[in-house]
Order: sequence, then structure tokens, then C-alpha cells
Amino acid sequence: MTSGVNGQTTQIEPKDEMTLTPEPSQEKGLSQQIAVTAEPAREGADVWNKEKVFEVSGVTVSYAGKAAVKDVTMDIYKNEVTALIGPSGCGKSTLLRCLNRMNDLVASATVEGEIRYHGHDLYGPKVDPVQVRKMIGMVFQKPNPFPKSIYDNIAFGPRVLGMKDIDERVEKALRGAALWDEVKDRLKDNAYGMSGGQQQRLCIARTMAVDPEVILMDEPCSALDPISTGKIEDLMTELKEEFSIVIVTHNMQQAARVSDKTAFLIVELDSTENNRWGQLVEYDETEKVFTNPQDPRTEDYVTGKVG
Amino acid sequence: MEASETFGVSGFGAASTPRSLEASSPRYGEKIIKGLLALCAIVSVLTTTGIVISLLLPTISFFGEVSPTDFFFHSDWAPTFSPATFGVLSIVIGTLSTTLWGMLFAVPIGLGIAIWLSEYASPRGRKIVKPVIEVLAGIPTVAIGLFAITALKPFLENIIPALQSTPFAAGVAGVAIGLMITPIIASISDDAMRSVPGGLREAAYGLGSTRMKVATKVVVPAAMSGIVASIVLAGSRAIGETMIVLLAAGSQATTSFAFTSPVQTMTAFIGTTATGDIGTGTITYDTIFAVGSVLFVMTLVMNVFAIRLVRRFREVYE
Amino acid sequence: MNALKRPGSERTRLATAGAKAVTINALSKQPAKDRILGNVFFAVLLLAVTIALIGLGALVVQAFIEGGPRFNIGLFTNPPSSLNVEDAGFRPALMGTLYLILGVIVLIVPLGVGSAIYLEEYADGNRWWNKMIELNIQNLAGVPSIIYGILGLAFIVRGPLDLGFILAAGSLTLALLVLPVVILAAREALRAVPPSVREGSLALGATQWQTIRKQVLPAAIPGVATGVILAISRAIGETAPLLLVGATTFVTFNPTFFGENFSALPVLIFQYASRPQEEFKVLAAAGVIVMLIVLLAMNSFAVWLRNRYEQQW
Repeated sequence: MTSGVNGQTTQIEPKDEMTLTPEPSQEKGLSQQIAVTAEPAREGADVWNKEKVFEVSGVTVSYAGKAAVKDVTMDIYKNEVTALIGPSGCGKSTLLRCLNRMNDLVASATVEGEIRYHGHDLYGPKVDPVQVRKMIGMVFQKPNPFPKSIYDNIAFGPRVLGMKDIDERVEKALRGAALWDEVKDRLKDNAYGMSGGQQQRLCIARTMAVDPEVILMDEPCSALDPISTGKIEDLMTELKEEFSIVIVTHNMQQAARVSDKTAFLIVELDSTENNRWGQLVEYDETEKVFTNPQDPRTEDYVTGKVG
Repeated sequence: MEASETFGVSGFGAASTPRSLEASSPRYGEKIIKGLLALCAIVSVLTTTGIVISLLLPTISFFGEVSPTDFFFHSDWAPTFSPATFGVLSIVIGTLSTTLWGMLFAVPIGLGIAIWLSEYASPRGRKIVKPVIEVLAGIPTVAIGLFAITALKPFLENIIPALQSTPFAAGVAGVAIGLMITPIIASISDDAMRSVPGGLREAAYGLGSTRMKVATKVVVPAAMSGIVASIVLAGSRAIGETMIVLLAAGSQATTSFAFTSPVQTMTAFIGTTATGDIGTGTITYDTIFAVGSVLFVMTLVMNVFAIRLVRRFREVYE
Repeated sequence: MNALKRPGSERTRLATAGAKAVTINALSKQPAKDRILGNVFFAVLLLAVTIALIGLGALVVQAFIEGGPRFNIGLFTNPPSSLNVEDAGFRPALMGTLYLILGVIVLIVPLGVGSAIYLEEYADGNRWWNKMIELNIQNLAGVPSIIYGILGLAFIVRGPLDLGFILAAGSLTLALLVLPVVILAAREALRAVPPSVREGSLALGATQWQTIRKQVLPAAIPGVATGVILAISRAIGETAPLLLVGATTFVTFNPTFFGENFSALPVLIFQYASRPQEEFKVLAAAGVIVMLIVLLAMNSFAVWLRNRYEQQW
């Protein structure tokens, strides 16, 4: 997308209403092998007609010339939890990191295809990755709090972004991450003294504090115990009211529990078996993916026939 | 839609803050900072350039007056006399003499310390001894020089009575230099030996080897490139040492390798002459730089060689 | 050394050599001989350690014994004198060293830390010019200190900068000498900060410099400070370069930064030590005591600093 000649700025408001026709009630799949506890699509809402946050078209990511994930096309919607699942090596994290241009940090990475964020080319010539990351935040697999106090961890983002009312933002972020009651009396303590689950919630709060629109999560619970995992999963369900969430997870039950839509990727090998890359197989509403998948490979994966 | 359009983001809490995908300012600050930092790094390159130029120009002028064969292949060194002679070999021999006596002391002792530290010492012994050896490395050379003339020489006179007849001796300076460079050999060789994988030792022990055999036949050969590097680095340091030789070796340019003979090293010559009242542009002044060039090239070659070796031993085991 | 080209086969070769030696040993007839040999070897090693420790001990003890009687407050307050040994002191030299070191600090902290930040955070290690910078710094660390004196004489005192034989020129010369130490230590400190901290900061929308300035550098400060202290310790003891850039005048009054007549502690010690009279050697030893105490204090501070503030990642 090229910028216009006169460079005017116009405001885009998020769509206030959905212009849709009410759907007939969902037909539940016959095979209910996996309990889908995520809410099915809201009554009367067409889940494919909502506002899109990302439009990914034909994206291929390569490291030093070797493709890691090929030809992905999918749309990610506002105020939803979108899960990327699949076996190891299928490029889920690679794909995720394209969405906030973290792959820029890897010298050998190249991205082909198009990723549009609210219609704008994320990799356009004038686009500044720093700005992108202000709107699209990321939580990493291993909790990475800064070597500072809890307060300073949260306050760092707003401070460097020049925001005001730091104290209020810190409290709001910690409340939003369900951490406030646990730490409100020890905000000056070093963040490293927290447990793993708390640290990860701190990282989530830290990301929330800069008011992003999207929060990307790269296997956020894989380093945590089940109780912390549960807390974070509950958090996700609340967070999607305010944010759009894209989560990569190894744990397909987790995807089934928390996400609205799920994308399933697999690893492809070429004939020589020397090259492997990821490929998107199916992308649909979570309930459909888990109870009535279209592709036999998806069915094999979600029913646990293949790893 | 244009890339410069802003987005209404429903951030939680307050009203949405419109933001654009483009940078709001060209961020010159970032570029300036990167430039400034690069400039800092370039200072090192400028330093080397400065050293090379400051040595090269007077050296060229020097060789305009003195023929290289006279310089490199003769040993009558009397540049400040008239008539002046410029056979540099005698001060080169002086440097080599003190260095070799120093290495004779430092190599066995340094290696011995290194083997003890890496193969024999208990963790507590290591914790005490290794820092103490490092302290030795931090003693200023002028203090070591003073020690050489006030304590070391009288001590050595008991062993080598011939020392009493001469106030300066290459051997005394050499032993003091040896003491100074021992930590280099000990430290780097110890590092090299410790980075030999434990599996190699275990294999030998498991077959019933004694500790001495493991140390000498397994570990030392495996760490050899690091050990050689440490010796070369120590030698380079010894060659460049000034204060100890100024105090203990004297300023007489003999051509002797004898322990008891006074010698003048290249560094001592530079140190003595460059502090005198020598006019710039004279041949004597240029001699300082010519000798400096020889010194620089010698140590440079040794250092480059040693750095390559260290890199190699690191590569193999890391 | 060329055997290290193929690590796998080298390991096999060594293990086999070890096994062979052991088998021969086990089958030979005199195990007792080996035990004796092993003990002798161990004794030799201990002897080496002892000699080094005694050497160090003798050095320090000797300085204290020789200089101790002369150690009084006059050392610190009196100017040097070649005639009146009884009252001679080190005052201008101490002030000179102090001023020199202040100048060194002012130079090496920005230059050293700046270089380290550039090399660790910004430079692409594969570019030839960055590789050259790195190689350069490594080589400079091994150049004899008197060569830096030559650089100072030709470039700083005379030549392009033409500052004259002033104290600031001495500071600059010493700063260039110890700069590699600071750069090395600062790089290690920066490297120790894990990449996850940088990623976390960048993911929030901070710029690279913001990340360095507010996250990486603060975490690296203890390591950097240790490096600076090490560099200063080295600079305090350096004599040879100062001889060449003018710190040789037998000054009796206090120095100024841009004044021509300055001295330094190690230089004055050297001058006293070069004199034949015994009393001057005693005086020199007293000066050594002062220097050793200062160095001990600095290094202890560096160790304390490292232990107190070192970050456990």
C-alpha cells in the first residue's frame, strides 16, 4: 500500500456495529471427543464478518534462504483469541513474530507475501517497527521480567512511550493481569523474587500497560505449572474484551479451552527430507476445528493420533 | 487508505490514543547516537594508525641516513657517541637475553602452577592461590625493579658470587621479569587445561592412570595450543618491559647472553634516550623510532600468533 | 597444534594414548616406582607454587621492611629533594598521579563504554570493518607500554596535537594505553545481559537506544565499573610512557592540568631508586608502600563491588 500524495490523516473508528444476518444455531458435531468449553460464536453474530485486525496473505518466512513456513493465508479478527497450533517446527512462532516485526531482529530472516494490519501493509517502506510494536505487544515463552522492581517493570513501557499518569497505569495493568492484590504491598520489590506464574502475569501486565491493540503470546504457559497456567487462561478470556489475542500453543487442549478461532499448521518435508517447513492446513472456528475438522490431518492431530 | 493514517485504538481505560504506523519523527537521535558510538570504537583504529605513523615516518628518515645492513647486521651500538654507530643487534641481544632468562624462570614455574591449579588443587586451594597469583600480575613494574636491585640481587649473589662484581646484570633483571610474567603463563595455561573436557580425564582415570600421567600425557597435550599461546604472550610482555631493565640491567650495550653481564635492551635504550635532551629531527632522535619500530614489529608478530592460537583452542572445545 | 584440526579423532587419540600408557603401566613390574614418581612430580608442582608465592611475598615484605622506617606523614606532605633526603617526600608526585588518573577516567569511561556498546549492540559482526576494529583492540592490548609513550611523544606532545609536555598529554597517553582493558570488561558486562531482556524491551515499542540506556547498560554497570577500576589500577603503576611525555622534571610544586611541570608517583619512585645512595632506595621503597596500599584499596573495592552488585540471571 503506498501512501497518498497529500499525506492526509483520517481517523478510522472501529466498527461499532456488525451488519449481519443472524445465523441459525450451530449444529454440534457428532464426534464430541474433545470438550469444547470456549463459548461458541455469539448468538446472532457472524464470526467471519467481524472487523479484521490482520490479513495475512501468502506469507512465507525464510531464514537464510530456507523456508520456515510457507504460504500462509488467514485473517485474524478483533477481540478474539486466535490460536496457532501444530507440531514442533511448523513455524507457529515464526509466523507470530512476523505480526509485530520481531523477526526484524534476526538478520537472516526474510518475509514474503503480505501482512495487513487494519488494511495497512505492515512491511511497507515507511512503516516503523518501533511504532508497530507499540500497538502489537508480545509475551514470550520464558517469563522475562526486567531486573528492576515490579513497579518499574510495568512503568518502563509507559515511560519510554511518553505516557502520563504512570501510577494509575501501573495499577490498572496489574489489576488487569489479576496480580494487583498479590503485589500491591511490595511494588518496590525486585521482580525476580516472584514465582514463575507471577512473573509471566507481570509480563502480561507490562504489555498491557502501553495500551496495545493486539497481544501476541508465544507459548506463554509452557514454562509454568498447571495452576499458573489456569490463571493465565482465565486471564485471556477476560483480556479479549479489550485486546485481540493471538496465541501460539503446544497444548491443543489449551487452544480448545481459550480460543475462538484456531489455525492448525503442520510440518512438510520435501522429497530429500533435508528441508522442512510449516504449512497452514486448516483455520476455522475452534469448535469446528476440534469437533468437525475438514482436513483429515487436522482430525488426526486433534484426536491425538499423531503428535 | 494511507499508511500515515492513524488508528483509533480502544486501549483499556482512557480514551483511545491515535497512533500511526509511521514514525512520528525521523528519529535522528538514534542515528546520531549510533554514529557517536561508532566514533568511539574508531578511536582504537586511530590509535593504531597513530602508532604506526609515528613510528614509520622517522624510521624512514632514519634509513635514509643509515643503511639497513649496518643497522640489522651489526652489533656496535653507540648512536649517541661521535662517531655514531648503529648496529642494533647488541640491544636486540640485550632484549633477548633478559627475556630468555625470564622465560627460563617463568615457564617451568608458571606451568607448574597451572598444572597444580587445574589437576591437583582442591577448590579451596584454588580459591586462595589463583587470586594471589593474579595479584602478582598487578604489581607495578617499577616496584618489581626496585625489588630486583634491593633484594633479589643480594639474594642471587649468594648463589652466583660473580654477581657481586657488577651492579647490573641481565640475569637479575631476567629473574625479576620472570616473576612478573609467571601469572600470564599460569593463568592462561590453567584456563586452557580446564577447558579440556572432563570426559578425556575420566577416560584415562577409568583405565587406572595416575594423576601425573593424566596431567602430563592427556591434559597438557590437549591444551597445548593454549599453553603455547600463554608462553608467546608472556614472551611478548617480557620483550616490552622497560622499568625492570632500566633499574637492574643497565645501559651498557654488550652482546652477551651471560647471566652476570649488564645489557641494554631496546626498551631501556628508548627510555634513556627519549628522556634526554635530544633535538627533534636529529639522527639520534630518529634512532628512537627506528628501535621502536623493531620492538613494535616483534611484539606484534608474537601477539597476532598468540591470539590466533587462543582462538583456535577456544574453538575446539567451546 | 595441527592435531586439533579434527577434534573427534584427537579425542580418540588421546584417550587411546592414555589407555595404552595405563595398560603398559599396569603390566610393568614396578608400581612402586610410579607412586614415588607421582609424589616427586606433585612435590615439584608445589615447589613451583611456593616459589611464586614466596616471590610475591618477598616483594611486598621487602618493600615494607625497607621503606617502613621512612613511612611517615612527611612522605605525603613534603616535596622531593635530592639534597635533603631526610625531609624528602612525594607530594607533587601524588598530586600528579591523582590529576593524571582523573584525566584518564574522564577519557576512558565514555570512550570505553561507547566502543563496547557499539561493538556489542550495534555492529554487525560479519562486516569487515567491525572485525578489524575488534582485532585492533586485541592487538593494542599487547603493545608494550613504552610504544604508547612514543605515540604520546610524537602525536600528542608534539605532532598534530602539539599539546606540549603537559599533564593532560600524560593523561591522554595513559588513557589510550588502558582503553582496551575497559572495552574488554565493558563488552563482557554487556554480553552477560541476556537477550530476553532486550527482546522484552523492544517488544514494548522501545527503540534500540532506549533499550540500551534504560535496561542493558544499568544492568551492566557493575561489570563496567570493575573494568574501569582495573584500568585505573594499571594506569597508576605505569611509568615508561610517562617518562617519554615529560613526567621527568624533578618538580617541587603542585601540578596543574595544563601545566608543564608534572610528576607521578611511579616516576618519582623510579628516580629515587635510580640513585646510588642507600637512603634514596629506602625512600623509593616507602613510595612503593604507598602505591601498593592504594592499589590494594582499589582492587578490594572492585571485588566488593562485583560481589555486591553482580546480577544473577
